[in-house]
Amino acid sequence: MTAAGRIIATVIGLLVLWQLVVWATGAPPYLLPSPLDTVSTLIERAGFIAGHAAVTLAEILAGLVIGATIGVASAILIALFRPARRWLLPVLVTSQVIPVFAIAPLLVLWLGYGMASKVGMATLIIYFPVASSFLDGLRRTDPRWLDLARTMTGGTRPLAVLWQIRIPAALPALGSGLRVAAAVAPIGAVVGEWVGSGAGLGYLMLQANARVQIDLMFAALLTLAAMAVALYFLIDFAVRRAVPWQRETTTALPS
Amino acid sequence: MSLTTPDKTGQSIDVVVESLVLAFDGAPLFDALSARFAAGAITCLLGPSGGGKSTLLRAIAGLTRPTQGTVHGGDGAPLDGRIAYMDQSDLLLPWLSARDNVALGARLRGEPVDRIAVDRLLDRVGLAGHEGKTPDALSGGMRQRVALARTLMEDRPVVLMDEPFSAVDALTRYRLQDLACELLRGRTVIMVTHDPQEALRLGHHLFVLSGTPARLQPAQAPDGAPPRAPSAGDLPARHEALLQALSANAGTLPR
Repeated sequence: MTAAGRIIATVIGLLVLWQLVVWATGAPPYLLPSPLDTVSTLIERAGFIAGHAAVTLAEILAGLVIGATIGVASAILIALFRPARRWLLPVLVTSQVIPVFAIAPLLVLWLGYGMASKVGMATLIIYFPVASSFLDGLRRTDPRWLDLARTMTGGTRPLAVLWQIRIPAALPALGSGLRVAAAVAPIGAVVGEWVGSGAGLGYLMLQANARVQIDLMFAALLTLAAMAVALYFLIDFAVRRAVPWQRETTTALPS
Repeated sequence: MSLTTPDKTGQSIDVVVESLVLAFDGAPLFDALSARFAAGAITCLLGPSGGGKSTLLRAIAGLTRPTQGTVHGGDGAPLDGRIAYMDQSDLLLPWLSARDNVALGARLRGEPVDRIAVDRLLDRVGLAGHEGKTPDALSGGMRQRVALARTLMEDRPVVLMDEPFSAVDALTRYRLQDLACELLRGRTVIMVTHDPQEALRLGHHLFVLSGTPARLQPAQAPDGAPPRAPSAGDLPARHEALLQALSANAGTLPR
């Protein structure tokens, strides 16, 4: 079965399971709407939901670009300069041990109710997986390649070695970091929207929940899930195209 | 020994190792080891594994710093920039084509790449028509030939080889030996090998490195110029003698 076929089969399987749970428990629609109700709400209010989805998507993408850029830059700095390692490594770890939930209210206070605070949140959550996995890749360059480069350059061209050997060799590791980042990026944006916002899928879910419009909440949730999955596969595809020599990454979905 | 090399220095040089002292994991590997490797000839280093062959080669390559002692050319000047190194694994960069791998040294040094010379070398190692392929599209023997071309592209008077043909099948190895012999003519080659047959085919001079701390003992090379046929002249007799010398030394080893 092809990858696409498996995905479709999984989605159908989950929907059937969902419907079965609704039938078996006899849950009222205001607690657990059926998949059919959810999809019909999704279609009825498509434009409304799409507007909010666009806001969340923009926050996620902006966070991804900024977080990945800072992550890549600090990994390179740490790999290149010893002092940078001493100063930046603690920052890197701290960025991860502080739960995003705990500083979300602060970010909203500082950056406002608009998109900036959500982008900040997504950036924070994306930064660590990108920086740490890329740094790991940069530190694990095959020492025999570095020896070969040393016999060729006499150790006089560390930047050329970084650019032509260490960075390309670390791209598969960066790829796995980006995959993780793509998977967690929506968390940052949605948490930001929960804490304080006027638009976005997280805002929509909170409002719908408060008004017991559970079908609308599920429709928003479904949209968010679809967006996150699409983003993950898009990045996975891009990474595989960029790193064709890395056989391991092509077995992420064993056939 | 007055063969001239086709390289830019125009002169082949002796390699001189002087009172080398080097410890490995606290155990003395070399204690005042001295040797002179003849200019323009292939010298094969044999000996038990773990006996220090590769370490000696790395010390000559400047990749391992000895505690004491020096390595320099017969002219008294250091070997920096005058050696090319070839490992038992091809060390090709998987994201570069065969052509770009051959040009790696120039690319790392930021020098203009002589593409005509690159293609001519690939042609000489029998890879015409494969220049644009990446390593994963080449067989093990072909990759090792690219590595040989990359070594020759460096155009250095001294070539250090660490079991360069041990990872390929017997027939490919035989052909690569002929090819290397032809293409390396006139350069000072120090080749580590665990295969007595290979040493006897290719070496103008043979040394056995064994004992703790390791000592270099010369062994008699067969008559005639390399590459020698496996059963020609006194080679079978030399093979017998060499195997005896190696097994006698193996008895004195810790493992």
